Amino acid sequence: MSEIIFQIDGRQVAAREGMTVLEAAQKAGISIPTLCHYEKLEPYGGCRLCTVEAEVRGWTKLVASCLYPVEKDLIVRTRSEKVDRIRKMILELLLAHAPDALELQNLAGEYGAVKDRFEKEPSFCIHCGLCVRYCAEVKKKDAIGFVDRGTRREISFIPEIASKECWNCKECFPLCPTEALQAAFVLAKAFAFPSSSLEHEPTE
Amino acid sequence: MARINSSAELEEIRKGILSGRDPNKPCISVCAGAGCIASGASEVIDAFKAEIEKQGLMADVNTKGTGCPGFCERGPVVVIYPEEICYLQVKPEDVPEIVSQTIKEKKVVDRLLYVDRTTGEKATHESDIPFYKNQERIIIGSNIKIDPKSIDDYLAIGGYSALAKVLFQMTSEQVLEEVKKSNLRGRGGAGFPTGSKWEGSRNAPGEIKYVIVNADEGDPGAFMDRALLEGNPHSVLEGLIIGACAVGSREGYIYVRQEYPLAVENVTLAIKQAEEYGLLGKNILGSDFDFTVKVHQGAGAFVCGESTALMTALEGRTGEPRPKYIRSNIKGLWDRPTVLNNVETWSNVPLIINKGADWFAQIGTERSKGTKIFSLVGKINNTGLVEVPMGMTLRDIIYKIGGGIPRGKRFKAVQTGGPSGGCLPEDMLDLEVGFDELKKAGSMMGSGGMIILDEDTCMVDIARYFLEFLTDESCGKCVPCREGIRQMLKILTNITKGKGREGDIELLEELAEVAREAALCELGRSAPNSFLSTLKYFRDEYEAHVLEKRCPALSCKELITFYIDPDKCQACTICSKKCPSEAIAGGKNRIHVIDQEKCTKCGTCFEVCPPRFGAVRKISGEPVPASIPEEARTIVRGSKEK
Repeated sequence: MSEIIFQIDGRQVAAREGMTVLEAAQKAGISIPTLCHYEKLEPYGGCRLCTVEAEVRGWTKLVASCLYPVEKDLIVRTRSEKVDRIRKMILELLLAHAPDALELQNLAGEYGAVKDRFEKEPSFCIHCGLCVRYCAEVKKKDAIGFVDRGTRREISFIPEIASKECWNCKECFPLCPTEALQAAFVLAKAFAFPSSSLEHEPTE
Repeated sequence: MARINSSAELEEIRKGILSGRDPNKPCISVCAGAGCIASGASEVIDAFKAEIEKQGLMADVNTKGTGCPGFCERGPVVVIYPEEICYLQVKPEDVPEIVSQTIKEKKVVDRLLYVDRTTGEKATHESDIPFYKNQERIIIGSNIKIDPKSIDDYLAIGGYSALAKVLFQMTSEQVLEEVKKSNLRGRGGAGFPTGSKWEGSRNAPGEIKYVIVNADEGDPGAFMDRALLEGNPHSVLEGLIIGACAVGSREGYIYVRQEYPLAVENVTLAIKQAEEYGLLGKNILGSDFDFTVKVHQGAGAFVCGESTALMTALEGRTGEPRPKYIRSNIKGLWDRPTVLNNVETWSNVPLIINKGADWFAQIGTERSKGTKIFSLVGKINNTGLVEVPMGMTLRDIIYKIGGGIPRGKRFKAVQTGGPSGGCLPEDMLDLEVGFDELKKAGSMMGSGGMIILDEDTCMVDIARYFLEFLTDESCGKCVPCREGIRQMLKILTNITKGKGREGDIELLEELAEVAREAALCELGRSAPNSFLSTLKYFRDEYEAHVLEKRCPALSCKELITFYIDPDKCQACTICSKKCPSEAIAGGKNRIHVIDQEKCTKCGTCFEVCPPRFGAVRKISGEPVPASIPEEARTIVRGSKEK
């Protein structure tokens, strides 16, 4: 693999071919905020918080750094007025759903995001997909998935799989940036096991 | 049917088909497209068959259901060959007269002809009707000539001759060069040069390459691709095989939405027929070229019309767009080089090969070549599919072909490009349609939807409508699209309900910027267009809603009041009888009064009040005049009349 030299925020950065801008930045100790990236998982590009300015041959465009491959002579700017404006809005949109999530609050402070700019719709989940992807890609169980689409999209455990797999795993729990997962799990448990106690669940 | 093993054999079969057909033998062609079938075309076809049998004419007349010729407004459409007599809105009960008069006596049934609304002139032939006369129908024109279920019909009009030319007289480089030279641009929306897309795939490393037909047409009001795939599936297939040949692909897919059952049926049959003739499969037409095609039915997600989402769905996964920093013609379906073109794009290919790139490139404008099919819908006299040369003005399409706006209403805007497009106002009517021209004006070509809006349409509500559509159809993966659209829809809904607040327009603009700049795919990036274009051209309407709580188009229910003008009411009692919520105090010789508490604003009173009175009014942004006192409600006849 050949080494690629490019620029982030005026610094020369070396990266392997095939790396994304975000990976290269993290390796170089340059921070780019993200809510849906996790090194063990395939890049997702869902939260768009890692949006940066990428200049290629004089053309500047906004790209998701978690997906954009590094290339020679690329110039990346991780902060600009526009980038910050976009990040602020993304955070405000998410804060409507999970106003108390610590990670969001910290970022909100940095980007000046107003917590109650939009009417609250506490669904807690911000659709980062970390739980869904971890279960599919790392555990290969698919016990949790997205259901529906558009603004009605939500995460849901699949009772048939979850009842077998989840009790002894729960590895996705610490990944959740808003604790929505816990709520969803409890809900799924309630649906899967309607009787109050597991011990008394009739077997067929 | 035996396989065709060479170009010469294909020509022999074509000659055989043609020699078995007497060009002077009458043929009754009835449009069997989805629109005409909905208006009863199947019954008309059955009636013709029964009547012809009854009159003992079976040997003398052919009857066939054909593809859609586009004049949906006046369907079922019947054309009688060889004279090309065109009858419109034909009903089964008209059939005996048509058979006795036109088929037997060679007389025209006057009452079924097209009548020009303004001049009152009748047109006997299809080509005399202004709706058709002003079009240039190089693609859709074949629809009425063929039974889409008959490969012989397609062969009879020269079908698959372009494929034979490609396989035996041209190298694949020459095919690619011809398409590049034609400057054909993708008809699916973005207008990407087709030749460049093909070249990218051709040059991309890898043995396995794919070609795909995108027939996941989903824009509200658009049905161009449907009509082509239903009406002339072999033309799409022929284009696809030629493309495969140029790119070096041996496997193709037709991604067609499940909601188009007739298109699925016809294209599946077409593939089977082509396989039997040796036009698909191994050693096509005896050459060393192998190619197979499979039909994949989409499960109803609009976003799957987006190229990467379509490919993800085709791979058997959830149909969600994926990042496209590497183009799909290099890394597409199963990460292989993949050419995805729209139905109409593929249909153009056989024509370009047969007639040449120069012929194609002389149609259209500098940067947009050939024709474009638009589905002309909304507040327009002639609803239907129209095919025009690129560069025709919006005005000519709407007035010369579309016949203008019904009921004497005033034109307000034309919405093009579906949910990703925008609205253009009256002073843009002289804009020439082309990919770049429409984009520059703040809308887009899209796949060819063209919705005409009249003076009664509220532009804020139109933006709200398209965002509501996208709320359901966004995949929901990325924040700027899912959450941005959610908030934009909330704000727009509030504005149309009179709950708009100062600063709403600016907030919408901010949300629009984030979606435009940061969304994952084109659906999200273009989602704000309906808002941005209506704001650009109709800002005053937004301001009236927000600042004055007034809907200038008198359309937003929450912002209007129905009111009976006491000076005009003649106490005819029609409105009070028709009111579904009994909100109108009527009575003989009593001026009618609407009880605003009970009124549901359904608009029935406004519709039924006789125009000679015109007493019911819509009011917006101003206080409703106080009801006239009970004692003043009696109409004293004679003294009031002039």
